[in-house]
Amino acid sequence: MSLLGGGILKGMAVTLRNFVGSYFDRDRLTTNDYAWRAGDSLPQHAGEYPKEEGEQLRDTTTVSQYSRNFPMLLHDEGEAMDTIRCVACQICERECPPQCIYIEKSTEKMERGGNKAQFYPAKFDIDVSVCMSCQICVEVCPFDAIVMNSQFELSTSNRFGGLLLRRDDLLKSNGYYHKIHPEEAAARDRRMAEEKAAKEAKKKAAAEAARKKAEEKAKAEAEADDKKQEDTQ
Amino acid sequence: MSSATATAPNYELIQQDGLDTGLLEVSMGPHHPSTHGVFRMDVKLDGETVVDLSPVFGYLHRNHEKLAENMSYLGSMPFTDRLDYFNSMTNNWAYALAAEKLVEIEVPERAEYLRVIMAELTRLVNHLSLVGFFVNDLGALGTPLLYAFREREKILDLFEQASGARMMCNYFRFGGLRNDVPEGWLDRAREVVDRFPVFLDEYEKLLCENEIILSRTQGVGNLSRDLAISAGITGPMLRASGERYDLRKVDRYGIYDRFQFRVPYSDGDVGDCYDRFIVRMLEMRESIGILKQALDGIEHGPVLGNAPKVFKPKPAEVYGRVEAPKGELGFYLIADGTPKPYRYRVRPPSLINLTVLRDMCLGQKVADAVIILGSIDIVLGEVDR
Ligand code: SF4
Ligand code: SF4
Repeated sequence: MSLLGGGILKGMAVTLRNFVGSYFDRDRLTTNDYAWRAGDSLPQHAGEYPKEEGEQLRDTTTVSQYSRNFPMLLHDEGEAMDTIRCVACQICERECPPQCIYIEKSTEKMERGGNKAQFYPAKFDIDVSVCMSCQICVEVCPFDAIVMNSQFELSTSNRFGGLLLRRDDLLKSNGYYHKIHPEEAAARDRRMAEEKAAKEAKKKAAAEAARKKAEEKAKAEAEADDKKQEDTQ
Repeated sequence: MSSATATAPNYELIQQDGLDTGLLEVSMGPHHPSTHGVFRMDVKLDGETVVDLSPVFGYLHRNHEKLAENMSYLGSMPFTDRLDYFNSMTNNWAYALAAEKLVEIEVPERAEYLRVIMAELTRLVNHLSLVGFFVNDLGALGTPLLYAFREREKILDLFEQASGARMMCNYFRFGGLRNDVPEGWLDRAREVVDRFPVFLDEYEKLLCENEIILSRTQGVGNLSRDLAISAGITGPMLRASGERYDLRKVDRYGIYDRFQFRVPYSDGDVGDCYDRFIVRMLEMRESIGILKQALDGIEHGPVLGNAPKVFKPKPAEVYGRVEAPKGELGFYLIADGTPKPYRYRVRPPSLINLTVLRDMCLGQKVADAVIILGSIDIVLGEVDR
């Protein structure tokens, strides 16, 4: 220790520099507005928080597009329940680590968009007071039916049911998904389209193969028939 | 401490054979700001000097190990985030490393690099918060902690962009990572890393020569190298006591053998609070070096190896460990051929480092017990599990 207090004075110079600097340099500011997150591509109107009452995307526009909060169920274009993607396979219910999903399968199947008729969830509840936002359900879902929402204004004065989200609260359109997680949603759509194309190509190939096989069989049978006839003659 | 009311005193004058011994027993915590969570120290005082101390913990017990034994291997990955909630990335890594030993999975190159990047960023986050809280315990309320948190915020933003969450990342998977980092993430990470030394310089100027910090921490909370080794202390605390031991060098897990870095350690045989503080400051510099090399070396590629769809390892016993910012974090797994582990055990560095608290505090002043606890760097989520 040289001059007693020299170290303290040096430290004070640092705090002074930070104090003055915080008026000019955002990086020196210890409190940070959401909108000032460096380098993050925020959706429109970021930073005006809270936004006007009643606007649908009120709280999701102020968080980063990469953030996740609680799950939501996706439906495609059209009436929500007619295009719900979930087929109530209950994989997510089984895999959810804290066991906060509750699903009841419908009794009859429903057709969606020209695909094979499938079940749908008659009940789909997520208790978000238990959910730990781990995204395991999203990962295990084979139908891209459940993804993460980023809505965070969920406080409620109802202790009992307020945080138990029902199927209809959870249902959100794919468009909404694109709005809150543009990059992720685009990537998911791309992958789904690729998978669909691959499936169709496979189906086509299989049909082609079946047709060829049938042709060959018919030909072979015809030949065999010819031979038989020759033999009998 | 003497503000106890008549109805509920939190101290007790100790009597022996009906005679007043002059000792005072004080219960610090569990709701005491200095105990970093719900932790209690039962301190026996002779005047201001600590003559006995026993840590009391378990308030945050969440049954982590038993829970994990009752769910799939992947299912407990998000729970590991909640062990040491400052360092979810390294917790994930330790667990993934253990599980990867059960079934042989190749981790792709890019994933290995990203794992190192995440782990070193986590080390920065942890040491920053530690130093901030440590000076906070010394009485420097606010300013240094807020500077530290300001920088931490930038790293947490990076975590959020990569994994979706700032603290509970749940980002590692058996055989790689859950998803690749978004476009431009590496550039943003480089920006943060490049700016960091500037901040560190300033931070060192603010703290390292400060006479108050020197006189409060030097010679306080001595831990000898022998005791540290025999108590199983790991991490910066062991290195501050003069033992050069770092799992990144010993095990060279992941791809740590590709990076040039030094392991800071104190050259004496005894470590005090100041040593522990300085070792962490130096470690941050080394982390930046590793980060720069990793950001230079990373290439494009997949981030998830060919992990089996259903994780159902053959019967085996494995132990996977990493150098977490607080010390050796290990996961010990016994597989019995089912999709659930038969035994799942965590070796938490915080808990084991805490065991020498009494030895370090004896004979010290009660106000120093607080900073000694602060210098250990515990997180109760990990101590109690
Ligand atoms: S995010 Fe995790 S905890 Fe929440 S519902 Fe999905 S699997 Fe369950
Ligand atoms: S959300 Fe997905 S995994 Fe869960 S029941 Fe529906 S389709 Fe199955």
